[in-house]
Amino acid sequence: MAGHAGILINSKSILLQKTFRCSTMESHILGQQLVNGLALGSIYGLIAVGYTMVYGIIGMINFAHGDIYMVAAYITAICIAVLSFFGINTVAIVLLITLAVTIFIIALYGWSIERVAYKPLRNSTRLAPLISAIGVSLILQNYVQVSQGARTQAVPTMIQGAFRFGSETDFFQITYIQTLLVVVSFLSMGILTWIIQKTSLGRQCRAVQQDRKMASLLGINTDRIISTVFIMGSSMAAVAGVLVTLNYGSFDFYIGFVTGIKAFTAAVLGGIGSLPGAMLGGIILGMSESLFSGLVNTDYKDVFAFSLLVLVLIFRPSGLLGKPAVEKV
Amino acid sequence: MIMKKLWKMAPVATLLVGMMAAPLTQAEDVVKIGVAGPHTGAYAAFGEQLWKGAEAAANDINEAGGIDGKKIELVKADDACEPKQAVSVANRLVDNDKVVAVVGHFCSSSTMPASEIYDEANIIDITPASTNPQVTERGLKTIMRTCGRDDQQGNVAGDYIVNQLKAKKVAVIHDKDTYGQGLADATKARMNELGLEEVLYEGLTRGEKDFNALVTKIKSVDADVVYFGGLHSEAGPLVRQLREQGSKATFISGDGIVSEDFVVAAGGGEFVDGVLSTFGRDPRTIPEGKAVVDKFKAAGYEPEGYTLYSYAAMQAIADAIKGSGSTDGDKLTAWLESNGADTVMGKKEWDEKGDLKVSDYVMYRWDKDGKYTMIEE
Repeated sequence: MAGHAGILINSKSILLQKTFRCSTMESHILGQQLVNGLALGSIYGLIAVGYTMVYGIIGMINFAHGDIYMVAAYITAICIAVLSFFGINTVAIVLLITLAVTIFIIALYGWSIERVAYKPLRNSTRLAPLISAIGVSLILQNYVQVSQGARTQAVPTMIQGAFRFGSETDFFQITYIQTLLVVVSFLSMGILTWIIQKTSLGRQCRAVQQDRKMASLLGINTDRIISTVFIMGSSMAAVAGVLVTLNYGSFDFYIGFVTGIKAFTAAVLGGIGSLPGAMLGGIILGMSESLFSGLVNTDYKDVFAFSLLVLVLIFRPSGLLGKPAVEKV
Repeated sequence: MIMKKLWKMAPVATLLVGMMAAPLTQAEDVVKIGVAGPHTGAYAAFGEQLWKGAEAAANDINEAGGIDGKKIELVKADDACEPKQAVSVANRLVDNDKVVAVVGHFCSSSTMPASEIYDEANIIDITPASTNPQVTERGLKTIMRTCGRDDQQGNVAGDYIVNQLKAKKVAVIHDKDTYGQGLADATKARMNELGLEEVLYEGLTRGEKDFNALVTKIKSVDADVVYFGGLHSEAGPLVRQLREQGSKATFISGDGIVSEDFVVAAGGGEFVDGVLSTFGRDPRTIPEGKAVVDKFKAAGYEPEGYTLYSYAAMQAIADAIKGSGSTDGDKLTAWLESNGADTVMGKKEWDEKGDLKVSDYVMYRWDKDGKYTMIEE
C-alpha cells in the first residue's frame, strides 16, 4: 500500500512540474491539442451513443457494437470503390450515397444480430446476453478477417484541407473531415435526444425502459421497440464507420476492439443510459488523452485516462450525468 | 450378446487404429518443419512474407529431390504477434506436430519466449526477421537468424541522421514493444554517442489510429527528424497525421515498415513520399537469388521484405540436415556455424551466437508511388 502511495505522489509531482512548463507553452500548440481532443472525443462519443442507447432501453451492454462499427468501415470502402467504378467522384454525392448505403446495411446487421443473438435470451439470466454479445463480437471479427483478409485496407483521401487559425508558422488547424465529425456527432446526439424525449416512439422507449411488462400490457409492442433501438444504435455506428474511416484513411478487422473499449468507457464515464452523458464522456476522455499526451507523456496517457474513470466512478458510481438506479418495487 | 456388440465396434476400432497408424507411416518419409509467424492479426502481411518464402523454398527443395529423399512438409503456426499465443503454438509444434525445425517467428517479442521452448526440445529455430539483439544473447543453443540485429540497424540509422541529414532536433518515437523500443533505443544510443541528444522520446500505443496529440507535440518541439521504432500499422497513420498537421520533418524508421501495407496504412503514396527506412541490402538485387525472384514474379507475387530471408532460412535448415545427417538442434546449429550455407541471398556465415557474421543494413527512400529504393552512397 505504501508503495502505491509513493508512486501516486511521485506521478503527481511530475504532473505539477510539467504543468508548470505548459504555462509557458505557446497558445497555438494548446489550441491544437484541444482540437485533437475534441475530434477524438467526438469519435468516442459517436460510438458511445450506441452503447448507451441499448443499455438505456434493455439494460444490456452490447459488446458487439465496436465490431459493428468495424463492419461499417469495410462497407464504406466497398461502397466508395463501387461508386468510383461507376465514375461517380463528386465528394458530396459519394459521401451521401455511402452514408445511406452503410446505414441501411448496418441497420440490417444490428436488427438481425438482436433477433438471432439477444432476443432468445431476453428472459434468461442477465449474464447470458452479455456472453452472447461477446460471442457476436468475435464472430464478426473472425468473419471479416477470413472473408476480407487480415491486411490493412485503405480508402482514398476524399476530403482534404483544413481551417487554419493563427499566423503562417504558428497555427492550429481543424481539418474539414474533423469538423464534419464534430458537427455530425453533436447533431446526431441532438436528434436522438429529441426522438427519445419528444416523440411517441421515444415515449414508448422510455416506457419499455421503466417497466417492460407493464408497457406491453398497455399495448406497446416491446419487441418492436427493442428492435428499433438496435437499428438506431447501429445506424450511429454506421455514421461513425464512414466518417472515422475517411478521417484516418485506413482500417483493419481489429479496429472495433480498441475504439469499442474506449467508447464504452466514455459511455460509462458520462453515465451509461444517458445520451448527452455519452457525448460528454467521449469529449472528456478524448480531451484528457490528448492533453495528457501533449503536456506530460504519451506513454502513460491510457493510464491517466482510465485512472480518471476510476476516480469518477468512486465519487459518482452512475457516471457524470447518469441517474442513480431506482429500486423497482 | 457381447460378441454382437464387439462386432459392431470392430469398424470403429479399425478406424481408430488406422488413424493412429497413418501419421506413423507418414513420419518415415517426410521432414516436418514449422513456419511460425503472424498469419492473422494486424501484422498478417509479414506472416504472408514468411509463409510465401518458406513455402517456395520447400517446394523447390522437394522438386530437387527433398532432403536425402525425404519431402519437406510444412506446418503453419499462427502466433498473431502475441507472446502468449507464440508460446502455445510453439508447444503445439513441438508436442503435437513433432516438427524437427522451425522457421520463425516474426516479432521479437514472440520469438524470444518461443525459442526457449524449442531450445528445451533441442529443435533448431531460424528466425528470418526478429532483429532484437536479445534474441541471440540469452545463451540458447538452437536459435539462429538470417537477418541482422537492431544494434547494427540502429547504428546505420543513427549515423545517417547525424552525418547525412545533419539533424538538429530529433524526436524518437517507439511502440513500447520489444522490437520497436529496442530499435529506437539502439538508434538513440548511436545518436547520443555522436553527440546529438534527442528532443523528445515517447511511446505510442499499438493498435490505435489517432496519434494527433503526439504529432502536435512533435511539432511543438520543432523536430526536423522523426525516428520511429515500430511496425507499419502505426507508422502509416503517424506519418499521415504528421503531414496533415503540416510538419515537414523527415520520417525515418526501420525494417518494421518494409511492406506495401505501410503505404496502405498511411492512406496513399503522397503521405510516404520521402520517408526513409533501414533494411538489409535488398535481397532482390543479389545475383544468386535472381532465378528465385523471377519465379516469384512469374507466380504474381512480389518477394518483398522478409520473403527471401524466410526462403534462406529454409535452405539453411535443409543444408544442415543433409550435411550433419542429424535433426538434433544443437548439431544442426553447430554444423551451420562451422560450414555456413549457400542461400538465395548468397553465402551466409554465422557466429557462435547464431548471428550473421556480416549484416549489411542500408538506407532506403520511399517515393510518392509507394515504392522504396536503395540510396546509393
